[in-house]
Amino acid sequence: MALFDLRLQDVHNKLNNKELSVTELVNASYSRISETEPSIKAFITLNEEQARRQALELDKQLQEGGERGLLFGLPAGIKDNIVTEGLLTTCASQFLSNYDPIYDATAVRKLKAAQSVTIGKLNMDEFAMGGSNENSSFYPTRNPWNTEYVPGGSSGGSAASVAAGQVYFSLGSDTGGSIRQPAAYCGIVGLKPTYGLVSRFGLVAFASSLDQIGPLTKNVEDSAYVLQAIAGYDAGDSTSANVDIPDYTAALTGDVKGLRIGVPKEYLGEGIDPRVKEAVLKALSVYESMGATWEEISLPHTEYAIATYYLLASSEASSNLARFDGVRYGVRADNPDSLIDLYRKSRSQGFGPEVKRRIMLGTYALSSGYYDAYYLKAQKVRTLIKQDFDQAFERYDLIIGPTAPTPAFKIGEQVGDPLTMYLNDICTIPVSLAGVPAISIPCGMADGLPIGLQIIGKAFDESTVLRAAHAFEQQTEHHKQRPQL
Amino acid sequence: MSITSKDVEHVANLARLELTDAEKEKFTEQLNAILKYAEKLNGLDTESVEPTSHVLPITNVMRADERRESLPVEKVLLNAPDDEDGQFKVPAVLE
Repeated sequence: MALFDLRLQDVHNKLNNKELSVTELVNASYSRISETEPSIKAFITLNEEQARRQALELDKQLQEGGERGLLFGLPAGIKDNIVTEGLLTTCASQFLSNYDPIYDATAVRKLKAAQSVTIGKLNMDEFAMGGSNENSSFYPTRNPWNTEYVPGGSSGGSAASVAAGQVYFSLGSDTGGSIRQPAAYCGIVGLKPTYGLVSRFGLVAFASSLDQIGPLTKNVEDSAYVLQAIAGYDAGDSTSANVDIPDYTAALTGDVKGLRIGVPKEYLGEGIDPRVKEAVLKALSVYESMGATWEEISLPHTEYAIATYYLLASSEASSNLARFDGVRYGVRADNPDSLIDLYRKSRSQGFGPEVKRRIMLGTYALSSGYYDAYYLKAQKVRTLIKQDFDQAFERYDLIIGPTAPTPAFKIGEQVGDPLTMYLNDICTIPVSLAGVPAISIPCGMADGLPIGLQIIGKAFDESTVLRAAHAFEQQTEHHKQRPQL
Repeated sequence: MSITSKDVEHVANLARLELTDAEKEKFTEQLNAILKYAEKLNGLDTESVEPTSHVLPITNVMRADERRESLPVEKVLLNAPDDEDGQFKVPAVLE
């Protein structure tokens, strides 16, 4: 069994018994990276010197004994839009190719407190805009199951690195599906927590009303541990929720008897690959066999979600990305004629096509004369979409469906057609607009590519989501499959 | 409602982007396609629906009006493309 396939408790037991050291864990990570990185390209920046130094310190702590962090010694990858002090944070953009953060994001600070080891910064679609990692301005990450296929996005590097066994776990960010969809495409577990559960302080903002940091892991138990480490109120984020944080691993009882599951017909209708539908129905029969019940429901405003999302997310992005002006950080264009020219040239040279397209769409939707027709209209439809979920959760504990309508697609297949690319997010976007938590777990394969099952819960009820996901894992072997690299 | 390349130029100016002719042409086409798709929202009656700006019941979060340590100037200027005398430096704004 590969080192990173061990359960967290087993890793910690081995560390206790001196059968394993943190240095060995970190070595395993970097040697796997040098083996697989030429074909996967999951990383933008490695943190090797620091990580090795930290490993020595943690090994020393191990010798001395005493209390240890929840994620002690575990090699972690961080998506490159989460700022790390003294470690380049590029957002996979030429604009920030030299950006050296002067502080840690709260989630990173919490990982440090939990004593995981930061291995490096992971590739993504530029500024988290995209669903395939083809919008990275450096190079696309490839799917470990088949390197001709995309790993999904925007947290494609985060998903691929875990699937390839390069790191024990990673952090990603999810705005409209950017943790769940790549987790599905790469055959791993990806959790988008409730909006407000994990601090966004230090997450480079894309769409502030939707962005949320979450864990990508090989199994549900690890997901619960990482969430435990990063969740919690933070005054640095004005939309951080001041709620009690339960013991998430305590929820992993394996018991789903009596759980009521709603299955939206809109998530299994037109445009859903029959192999995906079959895998989801099979998963539902597993839940039935465990004593849960499910029935078909309707989330009637689903068909409006993508239009709503692209108007809102792009509007927020156009405002958030106004800060990239070439004055305080980032790459400044040479020889500007004036201050305005400096802004224009720096932004035009620094941003890639998808980022420009979304800034343009958002600026248009917010511009004088169009605000009511587009932005305000979308905010109102968002209310209707959220009400769909509120109503469903009056009768059901969970909503289950596919994470994505299809398995991963080929690199290059959907480039140049933004609208088709956007439609890949049909099952994840409504959940983001409603702000509720959802996890993607592996539930099958189609022609050698993984399929993801999406389990959606009530706001701040991550415990039930994790419990149901974990119970499924106990009955199935899907999460144990590994790509041959 | 359809966007012309003149609209695209106007919006690019608002967004402080400088587009090539090829980009202008492509964005005109793509933004039209996306906005046409977005028109499906008009099929919904939202007359009496309140807008959602974000999902949490939180408004106007204030912190106590207390003095706090700020970042040292050298750190703040660490990533500045150009600086002078502890300040960010940009081309002259006034003649």
